[in-house]
Amino acid sequence: MTSPAESRPRDGGIEAVLDRSGLAALVTALQHRGRTVIGPTVRDGAIVLDELDSATALPYGWGVELEAGTYRLVRRDDGAAFSHSAGPQSWKSFLHPERVRQWSADRGPGGGLTVREERPQAVSYAFLGVRPCDLRAIRILDLVMAGGRYPDPAYLSRRTGAFLIAVECTEPGATCFCVSMGTGPAADAGYDLALTEVVDDDGHRFLCRSGTEEGADVLAELPRRAADDATRTAAVLGVRAAADRMGRSMPPVDLRTLMRDTLEAERWDDVTARCLSCGNCTMVCPTCFCTTTEDVTDLTGDHAERWRRWDSCYDLDFSLLHGGPVRSSPRSRYRQWLTHKLGTWHDQFDSSGCVGCGRCIVWCPTGIDLTEEAHALHREASGSQDAP
Amino acid sequence: MHPPEPPAPAARPRLGVFKFASCDGCQLTLLDCEDELLALAAEVDIAHFAEASSDAAPGPYDLALVEGSVSTPEHLDRVRRIRAESRHLVTIGACATAGGVQALRNYADVEEYLATVYAHPEYIATLATSTPISAHVRVDFELRGCPIDRGQLLEVITAFLSGRKPGIANHSVCFACKRRGNVCVTVAHGTPCLGPVTHAGCGALCPTYGRGCYGCFGPAATTNLPALIPVLHRDGMDDEDIGRFLHTFNVADFTAVEARGPGVTGKEGTE
Repeated sequence: MTSPAESRPRDGGIEAVLDRSGLAALVTALQHRGRTVIGPTVRDGAIVLDELDSATALPYGWGVELEAGTYRLVRRDDGAAFSHSAGPQSWKSFLHPERVRQWSADRGPGGGLTVREERPQAVSYAFLGVRPCDLRAIRILDLVMAGGRYPDPAYLSRRTGAFLIAVECTEPGATCFCVSMGTGPAADAGYDLALTEVVDDDGHRFLCRSGTEEGADVLAELPRRAADDATRTAAVLGVRAAADRMGRSMPPVDLRTLMRDTLEAERWDDVTARCLSCGNCTMVCPTCFCTTTEDVTDLTGDHAERWRRWDSCYDLDFSLLHGGPVRSSPRSRYRQWLTHKLGTWHDQFDSSGCVGCGRCIVWCPTGIDLTEEAHALHREASGSQDAP
Repeated sequence: MHPPEPPAPAARPRLGVFKFASCDGCQLTLLDCEDELLALAAEVDIAHFAEASSDAAPGPYDLALVEGSVSTPEHLDRVRRIRAESRHLVTIGACATAGGVQALRNYADVEEYLATVYAHPEYIATLATSTPISAHVRVDFELRGCPIDRGQLLEVITAFLSGRKPGIANHSVCFACKRRGNVCVTVAHGTPCLGPVTHAGCGALCPTYGRGCYGCFGPAATTNLPALIPVLHRDGMDDEDIGRFLHTFNVADFTAVEARGPGVTGKEGTE
């Protein structure tokens, strides 16, 4: 074991430097604490989030090239584990799963009904590699799913006590715009541990600081060395440089006002011509939370179950009321999504629903880019011809 | 005085399975419900199902599952007779819901086809078009797919047995693909895929195994095919390839929405 290697970082936690074996020990330590460790790993030509058996499953030496509607995995020669930006899923897939049983009912021989509420089994997660944008997304989901009068038990069973290991961004993608949304690339709060990956002549290492007591306890168990100024400086500069290399930006206006004032803009027709209403943007969005209910019965009709599953404002049936769908035109559905995400989310949850991760840009088959749409709406509203 | 007779057990609903122009794959899906067949047989009286039994009982039927398209003059009468004998009529599979691959003839000269294929075309009685059952009689529900999905078939039968609406989504395959956690084959691999315009129901089977969706469930409730064409071009398809891609089992339904911009397909919902 190393000598006491903690020093005080700026926010009062403890700070140390881990090398690759230290990162491996982190995964093992969390598993020993009974955690299911989820992190990035390569599968099917992408960096996905999945359960990690060990740190060797991390995408060492893999990066991504992103553009609107395009995602490509590329080899990196620096061996970095976290030099990639958002992949096809988000942490939502684990905290707010796509399908959850809510209750089941049985009819007895006498015709009496027994209804059983679903008691979700608690899962003890550790999320490794949460980007600052996604850290914010989890905070937003917390408010949506557990913040009101009726917290969702399925969400709480997965979220309560989840151990979050943030990894600050040093390699933003071409579709990233966290700076515009004020969510990154540095991790400010809401993590148990925060890592910053540094690869330079002094080697491959991770500056690690704790944000909670449990984080400090875990860090204290790991093989580590004292944080040194060279590593601290490299980490700060790496994150600062990332802030200057955002691939996208939002127009420098109040987006909530922009959405409110452009509801009848011609731009909505333009984007509708490119929109497939396929729902991909909402499925990959780390904060889109909408669901529908699905009631199923078995062949006998004596057993029924209610399930909740992900739905989307792009689904024609999502706004189906008596007599037909409220948002029947694709234009109204796209507009609903964007104006909610950037505008009315503020009214509902007191923040933007967008964290600038860029997933909806990448995973849109036709490459619709919400930053481009926001710029176009801004241009149309202000009558200016300025390029974004 | 005799004690009153115990009440007779309630008659089980009578199920009929019928076939028109088709390959039999969709009704085979019913036989493929191996784990559920006994439970199903306990709930319904399988009165007419030629693929399972030659003991065919006459109507009326509470639920008719109809496979295949209307393709011959004889079909025209038969489909009306089955409708008249059935309380609920559900069509199963792309032939019955869209005319099937045999609807390619709708865009060609059927006389020329006959002369090319048959030594004695004069023996063949056929219609010039292959059309869905719904073009001829009222249909209570259309279950898509080539072939249909086993789980969806059970859901439809179960729903009709309990008098509720089947829980069958009308959205795109992308919904199912993302819910399954798949990596998008178009965005990540550049593979041409019809998922964004295709009706869900298969559980995104093809993309799950790394290939593009080829649209065997037909168009989703809302499509914008003109927006997908440039993506297919980018991924290496020319116009002829795209024509072949779209014009298979659901040729008639995809042709109907091919040139149409964003909006509902007309099969479900209203604009």
